[in-house]
Amino acid sequence: MSKISRRKLITGGIAAVAGVSGIAVAGKLAKAHGLIPPDCSGIYGPGETLTYAAQRILNHRAMAREFSRSEISANPFANEVAPLGDDFARMQAGGFADWKLTVDGMASRPTVFSYPEIMSFPKVSHTTMIGCEEGWTYIAEWTGVPLSYILDRVGAMSQARYVVYRSIQPDWWESVDMNDALHPQTVVATGMNGANLPVPFGGPLRMRLPRQLGYKSVKYLVHLTLTDNMKSFGKGTGGSASDSGYAWYAGI
Amino acid sequence: MSTTLPIANREARPVVAAAPATSEPKRHAATVRVTHWLTTIAFLALLLTGGEIVLSHPRFYWGEIGNVNVKPWLNLHLPSSRDTVPTGYGYVLPDQNGWSRYLHFQAAWLAVGTGLFYLLWGVFSGHFRRNLLPGSSDRSLRRIGASCVEHLRFKRPPAEEAWSYNVLQRLSYLIVIFVLAPLMIWTGLAMSFGFDAAFPLGVRLLGGHQTARSLHFIATILLALFLVVHVVMLFVAGFRSRMKAMITGRADRVAVNAADGGNR
Repeated sequence: MSKISRRKLITGGIAAVAGVSGIAVAGKLAKAHGLIPPDCSGIYGPGETLTYAAQRILNHRAMAREFSRSEISANPFANEVAPLGDDFARMQAGGFADWKLTVDGMASRPTVFSYPEIMSFPKVSHTTMIGCEEGWTYIAEWTGVPLSYILDRVGAMSQARYVVYRSIQPDWWESVDMNDALHPQTVVATGMNGANLPVPFGGPLRMRLPRQLGYKSVKYLVHLTLTDNMKSFGKGTGGSASDSGYAWYAGI
Repeated sequence: MSTTLPIANREARPVVAAAPATSEPKRHAATVRVTHWLTTIAFLALLLTGGEIVLSHPRFYWGEIGNVNVKPWLNLHLPSSRDTVPTGYGYVLPDQNGWSRYLHFQAAWLAVGTGLFYLLWGVFSGHFRRNLLPGSSDRSLRRIGASCVEHLRFKRPPAEEAWSYNVLQRLSYLIVIFVLAPLMIWTGLAMSFGFDAAFPLGVRLLGGHQTARSLHFIATILLALFLVVHVVMLFVAGFRSRMKAMITGRADRVAVNAADGGNR
């Protein structure tokens, strides 16, 4: 019967050693370049890490596709949200003049911005697609303040690695790495299709990042925190979605 | 000393020639067997989780946009795992998308990694040329037609087929490997917003995000049909011997002898 030859044994051994040390080196390099997602542990960690690292290498400067105005969806779909409560209704009645966006964490000038202040900041617009992990999509023109502008105003420290952002709705929060946070298309959205952002679509303020799925575009934004570590937030996986079993990186 | 070899067993020839006459010749190379079973695991995981993901929005559209306010070209009329889709059913299935999406992409990495390895090996080892490309005598519509008739009559294949693929088998494997698998990967990646940003042309060429999703679903149906036929043919041809060949790499002695006997 077949015998394993000495040559096969030696080449196999060398391949195994090379493979194991290759993975170790790749792991070290990935960590040094911030290519390890906060939800890298667990049985789906390897796939999640490969996806995040591969996409970050391929798209770290890429821009989401922009569409022409004629392609804007006539009838966009507003995903359901839990009831917003009396406080929200009161602020809505007042034109959101009392709405606040708190920015803290690794910032040299932590600040509480009012909605009117945010509205006075320079804005950008992009006509991009939003897609839900369920599979549906629509195209809209989004207007907002680049997140990078707000981070610049509060003096974001260079050690910061993530921006954690929260909704006024309890237990609705997400985070992104600095590549997405500083991306020119990542905006704190204030408007949609030329009007103020409607409440069903996340108004008055919504995080909007077109290179990831809709669940990263948290509605009713009230709080941003700069951090270098996700461990002290929730279960440490980087967001309420990933804490409940969804992937933290939603570029796929 | 001449050992008569089955004519079709071109791949096994050098192995047999080097081995003692008593040893059984190889049917499937180790690479074929390992990649076959890794692909099986990945494909079943992808099929299960893909079906689960579809349940959260069991409708399909063409072009870039598609949602409940857009008319679908295909409505599966299945219950949904979300109450945002009006299905007509009075209940909502439990949401399984979290682990389904995690496992889908992890299995996709396994499938793509295995596939790339198999592709490189197949080219350099001559596997595709020797075992999958139909032989020159088989490259005619008449031969393909004859093979179709044989298959439709569920005729048990002749013994030498334990050593080689028939022309229909070769063609269907070639379509799965070189058409459906690449289409699956391309349409799958095209649905990723991160990929879309990096390679927008990859989505534009397909005709849009929702077209990519629809084609991904159609390719899934075709691959699932292939799986059904593949398993049915396994039973028609002889479950035990074919499984043994794909697990141990060896075909039955009986098959060898029969093939030898038939080798005029």
